[in-house]
Amino acid sequence: MTTRFWAIAVAGLLALALPLAAAPPAGAAAAEIVPAVIFAVGQKFDKSFNEAAFTAAERFKADTGIGYLEFQPQAVAEFERGVAALVRRGATDIVAIGFYYATPLDRVAPRFPQTRFTLIDAVVDQPNVSSVVYKEQEGAFLIGMLAAMASKTGKLGFIGALDIPLLRKYIAGYEQGAQFAVPGASVLVNFVGTTPAAFNDPTTGAEVARGQFERGVDVVFAGAGSSNFGIFQQAADLGRLAIGVDSNQNYLHPGAILTSMLKRVDLAVLQAFTSGRDGSWRGGVHRLGLAEQGVDYAVDQYNAALITDAMRQRVEQARQDIIGGKITVADPSR
Amino acid sequence: MDDAVLMGVSLLGATVRLATPLVLAALGGLYAERAGVADIGLEGKMLAAAFAAAAVAWVTDSPWLGLGAAMAVGVALGLLHAFACVVAHGNQVVSGMAINILAAGLAPTLASAWFHQGGQTPLLPASARFQPLVLPLSETLKDVPILGPFYRDVVGGHNLLVYGAALAIPLTAWILAHSRFGLRLRAVGENPEAVDTAGIAVARLRFCAMTLCGACCGAAGAYLSIAHGGGFIRDMTAGKGFLALAALIFGRWRPWSMLAACLLFAFADALQIRLQGVALPGLGQIPVQFVQMLPYLLTVLLLAGFAGRAVAPRALGRPFVKDR
Repeated sequence: MTTRFWAIAVAGLLALALPLAAAPPAGAAAAEIVPAVIFAVGQKFDKSFNEAAFTAAERFKADTGIGYLEFQPQAVAEFERGVAALVRRGATDIVAIGFYYATPLDRVAPRFPQTRFTLIDAVVDQPNVSSVVYKEQEGAFLIGMLAAMASKTGKLGFIGALDIPLLRKYIAGYEQGAQFAVPGASVLVNFVGTTPAAFNDPTTGAEVARGQFERGVDVVFAGAGSSNFGIFQQAADLGRLAIGVDSNQNYLHPGAILTSMLKRVDLAVLQAFTSGRDGSWRGGVHRLGLAEQGVDYAVDQYNAALITDAMRQRVEQARQDIIGGKITVADPSR
Repeated sequence: MDDAVLMGVSLLGATVRLATPLVLAALGGLYAERAGVADIGLEGKMLAAAFAAAAVAWVTDSPWLGLGAAMAVGVALGLLHAFACVVAHGNQVVSGMAINILAAGLAPTLASAWFHQGGQTPLLPASARFQPLVLPLSETLKDVPILGPFYRDVVGGHNLLVYGAALAIPLTAWILAHSRFGLRLRAVGENPEAVDTAGIAVARLRFCAMTLCGACCGAAGAYLSIAHGGGFIRDMTAGKGFLALAALIFGRWRPWSMLAACLLFAFADALQIRLQGVALPGLGQIPVQFVQMLPYLLTVLLLAGFAGRAVAPRALGRPFVKDR
């Protein structure tokens, strides 16, 4: 008796759910794609990486009139549920921002073979996943050159959130570039913390920066998420220079931010959606470096006075040499 | 020699700066817990206050109004906790946790709605922050060996809230040991029945304690967002409220031992920041993960070896229900 009751109940529920699952999402034509973004944990408006993805999605919306879905997980563990929810709402192209989504995406991608996934910052080997990774070391090389040329003490700093392989790529390029521009330049490397909370701890970030400044460092490359705000503040207070990361952060403290290393997440997101729409989307691994304009450094009205023409010339020369293969930037992750 | 002095001074200066938010929050916890109200909501009160301080300082361009708003928000949340625990006899741990969750969600949501920068306030200009003070004579004395740099960078060179925290410790110690209010407060934490029998209102004392607790946490939050830092960022307390709670227990609910515990935590943190990437004589460069582990290792060792038995106020966490 009970078994039959449950069988009927489940069948009834399924029948109810079926049209829901099959129904096209509101506001999208049947043939159009439904893009979606899964942001990094609690980081949508970081004035950096995730915000760039947000901007790109907004631009895609403005250009094509196609709205997008989004999901902001509060923890990595919510990722799979988030993907399922997005697919249920009709998402066809999902971009996930953050290296820590690699493991859950590897599990969840085969469950939705019709969905095109694009993962930023990590590699997942599934036929329906396109992995976008950056040659951060190439951008960091140029940043290291600028930092070394701007430094008066020859002592440079790097402050990362925590010691992860991704940040090691920045460090390697930064050190190599600094020594390329100014032989003998030294780089002091510090980390804010040991857990992802280190991305949101400007108080400790500021103290770490101060520790470096007191040891003679006068240019600090800050790669610590929102902890960067503390580092910038300290540089501005003490009259030193800091360098922003991932998005253009020059405007935050004009005069105290030498430049920002750009990681064009916006291009990758835009590319994922446009290619999904015109059918040219391909899975596999895409590595974006200087040649692909995936990484760069920022010059605008806020830092133009800090970067001389001579500095720019040398850096532009190095850019050509890296693209042309005359300079090889070491990648510690390979 | 000069390098060593410079290093030492820089280390101690950082210790003072890192200890201040812990000291302020732990003082808040001290008032609450000595009155018998367990408060794990220090973190949430700090976070909400940090947001209020940054928001008001940004709008009014005045750090003083920011500090006032932070303390008001701290007090409001403290009184909410007092209402739940003292009037409604609710579970104190649950109420404290609820305040933490409330603040973690509400602050970025309000920031998002008001400033449209997604969960954070705009970065504050110098005029809206408490600036470091230069003590008189520090330039004259800076060439005096050891004492000169010490006076300039360890005693001096901090913002007002640091000195406020430094004054609050002896004041609190005196209040708890000598004033009528302080003695009654402690009695309420040990034996509320006796206090009640003596004809003193237990609830009112606990409300007073939570008001002071809220004000202290408010100052701690303001320190993070408008004095040491320059703006509110989601989750910016990063566990400092819980660290303060640990310092309170480690310091056995006594102001001076608690101060020592806060200074120890801060010193370990300042030391680990400065040891990263430094080659030590005979040892070479120590892996950064190991260095970052030091503060925790130190805490565990000290707790296990030297702290002695921590005896909590006897009525801690127990709602007082008047017998009829």
